[in-house]
Amino acid sequence: MAPLLNVENLRVSFPTHRGRVEVVKGISFALGRERLGIVGESGSGKSMTGRSILKLIRKPGLVTADRMEFDGIDLGAQSERQMRDFRGARISMVMQDPKFSLNPVMTVGEQIAEALVTHERLGRREVQQRILDMLAAVRINDPERVARLYPHEVSGGMGQRIMIAMMLIPGPELLIADEPTSALDVSVQAQVLDIIDDLVRTKGMGLILISHDLNLVSRYCDRILVMNGGRIVEECAAGQLSQAQHPYTRGLLAAMPTINEQRAELPVLDRTQWAGT
Amino acid sequence: MSAIELKNLDISYGDSKVVHGINLAIAEGESFALVGESGSGKSTILRAIAGLAPDWTGEIAVLGKARSHGVERGVARQVQMVFQDPYGSLHPRKTVDSVLSEPLAINGIGNRGERVEAMLTAVGLDHRFRFRFPHQLSGGQRQRVAIARALMLEPKVLLLDEPTSALDVSVQAEILNLLKRLRREQGLTYLLVTHNLPVVSFLCDRLAVMRQGRVVEVADVEQLKQGRLVEPYSQELLAATVA
Repeated sequence: MAPLLNVENLRVSFPTHRGRVEVVKGISFALGRERLGIVGESGSGKSMTGRSILKLIRKPGLVTADRMEFDGIDLGAQSERQMRDFRGARISMVMQDPKFSLNPVMTVGEQIAEALVTHERLGRREVQQRILDMLAAVRINDPERVARLYPHEVSGGMGQRIMIAMMLIPGPELLIADEPTSALDVSVQAQVLDIIDDLVRTKGMGLILISHDLNLVSRYCDRILVMNGGRIVEECAAGQLSQAQHPYTRGLLAAMPTINEQRAELPVLDRTQWAGT
Repeated sequence: MSAIELKNLDISYGDSKVVHGINLAIAEGESFALVGESGSGKSTILRAIAGLAPDWTGEIAVLGKARSHGVERGVARQVQMVFQDPYGSLHPRKTVDSVLSEPLAINGIGNRGERVEAMLTAVGLDHRFRFRFPHQLSGGQRQRVAIARALMLEPKVLLLDEPTSALDVSVQAEILNLLKRLRREQGLTYLLVTHNLPVVSFLCDRLAVMRQGRVVEVADVEQLKQGRLVEPYSQELLAATVA
């Protein structure tokens, strides 16, 4: 089976007064209907990678790739107008913070409806039913009440579940989740990720989970890419993370305190060891 | 004598009471953690101790002396706070030098240049950072400046409100090491607010689990390390971290 997404030699650069700076320096990967994790620290280029797949990087940012194909279609050659048929409908993206990503002056129900009717022509009653079903699918107990609320009336965890409902209601084939839980409490994080995980499995979608949290990614993904300074430094199966080879990955793993911490001092990354930023 | 003692402490913001009946005693030289989810009132307790949440009843004693409701200069010299977000807690138009000199000027302490230099060394910042602005520093460097600012008055107690949650893992490790070293060198007392249990395991001696404005359980860090927290809610928090 051909991969869902195929990226070869992706580069993203931005102009500065010292010339163009590449923030993604030629990365390649392929994604089937599986769960891929991209991990890295701030500035590693992980979010830029996610955004460039949806062509969300605006000028003066520049995205080039030898190949960027989704389901056999060359995304690089699509016009802005053509991209609208992909965004939301076939590839969608969950952002980090529901507080900034939901429209504050529209009710939850209206926003979800908007996501749906942009891509499908449906009767009002059917739209309403799809919204309630979707809200129930993200485990919101009282969907009829919640659909009438405004974003400021819901908690962070519920806001993120609403975001997920909105992103999944058009039935995309690929979901890009960019730090979907870093604005949430630890106790709510697991719930939200379980919902994403469950929906991705049952609908047979592809998932790209972008995060700085190695443990979290290794728990929810099949395969992991570790990025540093715009490059993929390591690729491994999620289960084999503890046998990671690259000094950067090993450094990251060691720098995290554990629940039963016996070390007097945490090892610190020696940034001169490899060409990082 | 306790470094911080809280008795029957209730804290309100306007009409809503957010913290209910807290009784805690933190010994001098101890590192104590408050853990719990957002909205459990843990940061509010720090703010009340620092004098930033004046609407409370009960008793707050700092190093054996009861404190009043407002900002108090005497307390400020003994208790200082480090905030969560190093991007928001430093004045964008003040250099590192003026941020660090300000508490000295307010309290009429001389010899400022030398003290600033010494403090930069203590928090592991090169002296070339002294005349830079916050936007010229990375997140980890800013948090070092925030810690340095808190330590300028040589306080006995540091209130740490999620000091590493805005930082990358590798930078978090550096800041945690720094906090541990400073506590050892200067005999500081820490009251740390976090939702990250591994950080507690690394840095603290005891912890209090909070939920909806109440302390659910006070435990020794050994109990945390071995997963022997008693209350079901504490176990839930632990499971969410470990799983």
